[in-house]
Amino acid sequence: MGQTLFDKIWDSHRVMRIPDGPDVLYIDRHLIHEVTSPQAFNSLKDKGMKVFRPDRTFATCDHNTPTLHQDRPIEDPASAAAVAALAENTAANGIRYFPLGDPGNGIVHVMGPEQGIILCGQTVVCGDSHTATHGAFGNIAFGIGTSEVEMVFATQCLMQAKPKQARITVDGRLRPGVTPKDVILYIISRLGTGGCTGCFVEYSGEVFRNMSMEGRMTVCNMSIEMGAKGGLVAPDGTTFGYIRGRRFAPQAGEFEECVAKWKLLHTDEDAVFDKEYRFDAADIPPMITYGTNPGMGMPVYAEIPDSAVGCDEAGFGKALSYMGFGKGLRLEGFPIDYVFLGSCTNGRIEDFRAFASAVKGRRKAEGVTVWLVPGSKEVERMIEEEGIGDVLRTAGFELRQPGCSACLAMNADKIPEGKYAVSTSNRNFEGRQGYGARTILAGPLVAAEAAVTGRISVPLSYSASI
Amino acid sequence: MQKIITIHSPAVLVPTANIDTDQIIPARFLKTTSRDGFGRKLFYDWRYDADGSPVRDNIIDRQMYCPAAGENNAGPVRCRILVAGDNFGCGSSREHAAWAIADAGFKAVVSSSFADIFRNNALNNSLLPVQVSAAFLAALMSAIGADPALQVDIDLPSQTISAEGVGTERFAINGYKKECLMKGYSDIDYLMAHMDRIVGYEEEHRQMK
Repeated sequence: MGQTLFDKIWDSHRVMRIPDGPDVLYIDRHLIHEVTSPQAFNSLKDKGMKVFRPDRTFATCDHNTPTLHQDRPIEDPASAAAVAALAENTAANGIRYFPLGDPGNGIVHVMGPEQGIILCGQTVVCGDSHTATHGAFGNIAFGIGTSEVEMVFATQCLMQAKPKQARITVDGRLRPGVTPKDVILYIISRLGTGGCTGCFVEYSGEVFRNMSMEGRMTVCNMSIEMGAKGGLVAPDGTTFGYIRGRRFAPQAGEFEECVAKWKLLHTDEDAVFDKEYRFDAADIPPMITYGTNPGMGMPVYAEIPDSAVGCDEAGFGKALSYMGFGKGLRLEGFPIDYVFLGSCTNGRIEDFRAFASAVKGRRKAEGVTVWLVPGSKEVERMIEEEGIGDVLRTAGFELRQPGCSACLAMNADKIPEGKYAVSTSNRNFEGRQGYGARTILAGPLVAAEAAVTGRISVPLSYSASI
Repeated sequence: MQKIITIHSPAVLVPTANIDTDQIIPARFLKTTSRDGFGRKLFYDWRYDADGSPVRDNIIDRQMYCPAAGENNAGPVRCRILVAGDNFGCGSSREHAAWAIADAGFKAVVSSSFADIFRNNALNNSLLPVQVSAAFLAALMSAIGADPALQVDIDLPSQTISAEGVGTERFAINGYKKECLMKGYSDIDYLMAHMDRIVGYEEEHRQMK
């Protein structure tokens, strides 16, 4: 029987098998940030140890950081202390750190690939569940807890039980105005917020083949939102083209040697998955969520359904009551208060291109607060270089500085209690964007439409016919 | 690591499915660089209003202590077991969620499924995730609903969970982890004892980037 891409990477990283226990996996890339690393550094310090392989570890600050006035000291003392601890710990251990304001700084899952830190066929971990993002390059990438961060610091290895495997195939062509975010929100709405728990997912089919790296990252990023340990896409010319020439990527002849090896990274034709799901691209509409988990999604123009996959009746009702919605309500035309473009899901240059293309020649809606937060300094640089910044400013928008921002509201970017926010981030959990905040997840085009109309609207570029 | 052998306690019942780690511990409490004291922040937004005043009769605090069973009337008993709906601990990988539950005095969480990262985080903190069938969970929930002082027994050596009127069910855990929990060993000690294997692997795969 053939092997899956996942099997091939797993097997080549297995250091040992523990009898009646998990495998010990070697970790190629360890990304760290200021929120989930300090306790691991402290434990290491208490044991008198240093990071075993600092050259495989890369650090950025993103979760706590302000998105305004990054040149000034961080105001919030707890955030400032967490960021200072990261600077100290990385310096003490010889770890490359991209501090606030550095051209390489940004959200860990945006800057990692941009800097060429993320290659193909690797194991990638980070104390952050959206580490699944890096599966877009054909990697086994997943989030870990702080005890596991400490294990990787100490040994460059992790103990993991091999998960089950699922394949999600989407063939056909996406309709105009449908983005990678809509694809993944659609899949999660069909499988449920816990639908892939215990599984690693491979995304296959025409839709993913035709997707840019940014799009693949958006899709893989949200694998965790259906419970999957991670998700990956087999690398191809698009992948190699993205990596080529990036700062930390192998250069010239060495790069070509790597590509020759990376071309072998695919699932064998006779490989068998534990679960197979198939969807048709033409069925995927522009999506929004209406509830308090990412599985509670529907077409922008639909009515709120009576139930959602994986939600019990009580939970479904509680979610609608938190959102101030009811069954059967149509959300198209519903007025909103905030729009957030950004996060490790949709804070990349393509998302800003999409948003700008939709708002060009139009005006920001009165009374709507719009936060446009680039995922990294590199995205910020490209926004200006491509003239997107001018388009946005002409339309009445302001850009903020890079970071996780309102996705999890650890900094000052909080959605006030009871307010509605159309967010391109990844989670609509109760309180996620601020105490009592009501999140409607969407892609960059739906966010753009909300920013100029002040209402939930179908993107102008959407066409129900192909 | 604390050892786990058996747990005998009444339970806190949270019958909701898909409880995410943002509910267990909101992100704004993650700024500290220490592991301690998160128990006070457990399910914070369910227990406190926006202005920080306690929510009366909230689902967590009203169940945290149970009247002692039996005749000796020894005063209220702290619950050591959390019983929750399906897909517990989904969302963010924050280990702070497991720290908060453990710091609040819980030794085990019972559900019909756990998010993968939460499960590992719990195990790394001697908090036992007990995965039971949907039918057993439903029966256990209704029994606790009828009698909040119901004693639940979890026995790690025999990998069983039982309660009067509900029955007994066996739960799965791999042999390695079971031994770690019963003896108080941690994964990091095991890995550190095998550094020669790790270095050997690196030498074999030297050209790997």
